[in-house]
Amino acid sequence: MKVNGSAHKYGDNVDTDVIIPARYLNTQDHKELASHCMEDIDKDFVNSVNDGDIMVAGYNFGCGSSREHAPIAIKASGISCVIAKTFARIFYRNAINIGLAILECPDAAENIKAGDKIEVDFETGVITNVTRGEEYKAMPFPEFINNIINKGGLLNSIK
Amino acid sequence: MGMTMTQKILADHAGLESVKAGQLINARLDMVLANDITAPVAINEFEKAGFESVFDNEKIALVMDHFTPNKDIKAAQQCLKTRIFARKHNIKHFYDVGNMGVEHALLPEQGIVAAGEAIIGADSHTCTYGALGAFSTGMGSTDIAAGMATGQAWFKIPSAIRVVLTGKPGKYVSGKDVILHLIGMIGVDGALYKSLEFMGDGLASLTMEDRLCISNMAIEAGAKNGIFMVDDITREYMNGRVSRDYKVFEPDDDAEYEKTVEIDLSELKPTVAFPHLPENTREIGTFDPVRIDQVVIGSCTNGRIEDMATAAEILRGKHIAQDVRGIVIPATQTVYKECIKRGYLDIFIDAGCVVSTPTCGPCLGGYMGILAEGEKCVATTNRNFVGRMGHVDSEIYLASPAVAAASAITGYITDPKEVE
Repeated sequence: MKVNGSAHKYGDNVDTDVIIPARYLNTQDHKELASHCMEDIDKDFVNSVNDGDIMVAGYNFGCGSSREHAPIAIKASGISCVIAKTFARIFYRNAINIGLAILECPDAAENIKAGDKIEVDFETGVITNVTRGEEYKAMPFPEFINNIINKGGLLNSIK
Repeated sequence: MGMTMTQKILADHAGLESVKAGQLINARLDMVLANDITAPVAINEFEKAGFESVFDNEKIALVMDHFTPNKDIKAAQQCLKTRIFARKHNIKHFYDVGNMGVEHALLPEQGIVAAGEAIIGADSHTCTYGALGAFSTGMGSTDIAAGMATGQAWFKIPSAIRVVLTGKPGKYVSGKDVILHLIGMIGVDGALYKSLEFMGDGLASLTMEDRLCISNMAIEAGAKNGIFMVDDITREYMNGRVSRDYKVFEPDDDAEYEKTVEIDLSELKPTVAFPHLPENTREIGTFDPVRIDQVVIGSCTNGRIEDMATAAEILRGKHIAQDVRGIVIPATQTVYKECIKRGYLDIFIDAGCVVSTPTCGPCLGGYMGILAEGEKCVATTNRNFVGRMGHVDSEIYLASPAVAAASAITGYITDPKEVE
């Protein structure tokens, strides 16, 4: 599967409180959560994001709370893939479990600039920066995790 | 190659002789936890997947603590959803308004978690129970839905950092200062994907409250879990709370640790984490005065009876600064009642503070103490991220109950020694 879109770029330690502030955790509605995604660090995000866009960040993306509302809000906002140098571990599991694609790729996270047109091939792990004519190779998922993704999430994989 | 404490507990729960870092395993669970924010999402997933029963109604804990007593209609709906699920499945450890407390203070206090057990919770501070010598870690709601259905979870065996504590802490140095110091040393991702394992002769001078606070904030260094060696202090705490048998796991002599961090407790000073990351630590006395608008003493990090005692001793017979709002939140009903019995409520209220029923409330910017634009708060909580306690331009300074109480009196971040 391939996805493509524009890059939305952030720094290190993007925490779950800025991805979706706790004041909005009184709902489980995906669209409502998406309408507040990233608002405390990027007020324009919800207006500028288009379906298929890619989120790019530095180290320790998704640190903080275990709220699954964070990857849900990102996915429901239209983001097709998050690329970061590293992910916080609870966010990493949550993203896989709800079917938000995430890739660890320090090279891509370093070189992609905001607004670059990006293509991601999940089969090969190759990330193409169409704007800059660059290519980066992401670490592929281990087989165990591929199994969860291929079966459509954790709950389908254990049923 | 030998195993760490964490690896031994996970091997035991996977029915394996031994495990090594990086290995993927399936382990049985002794307790599965969720709260009023994360349980509804887990229940949605549980029901959507078509599960009709839970694996064990005595091994699930549902604690209504984040937005309770309910702050608004939506929060009430979330509790209603959880309450209906709890009744339907006859969940033994369902805690609602009246008997609930902040989950990570409540579960150890009630003996629901114990040494050697494997616990997952849909709350990142589930790592708190490592203080008892348990393996416990935070996960998301989907993992908890799977855990409630099957009593199992998959884990990647973590590598570990050994934290050797030596010496004896001075007056006004507590568990909070130890963990803030450590996070300041290794950073907010310094233990990413790894275990923090605490040992050394310094443990002898750390109370259970100190240890629960230290393990609680292991996640703020990115750790998967933060576990302590079990000693007489741990056994004494579990005695009378935990009636079932529990197992004590010690690391092998040749256990592999990626690195060792040594901390001499006698050298620590009261420590404050400046906005907006827990790693931005500074020792008291090394920075210019910071005027504050609010103090919060409570949370799963520092809402236990010893924390209340520390704050009460400093506030006894004094009044907080005129322009400061003091909010004290005993973490459980048991702590609350003990505060009444010991006369702490009189001390707090006479000092000009409010005392709230147990709730996570302000820690995560839910309610009961939201900050306005530009306001600054000293909090005994665990996170000082942008907008965590309210307005995006407010600031949180993380500190111990002693520093928080002293700061409330003067109106700026203060060394407790200054208000003696």
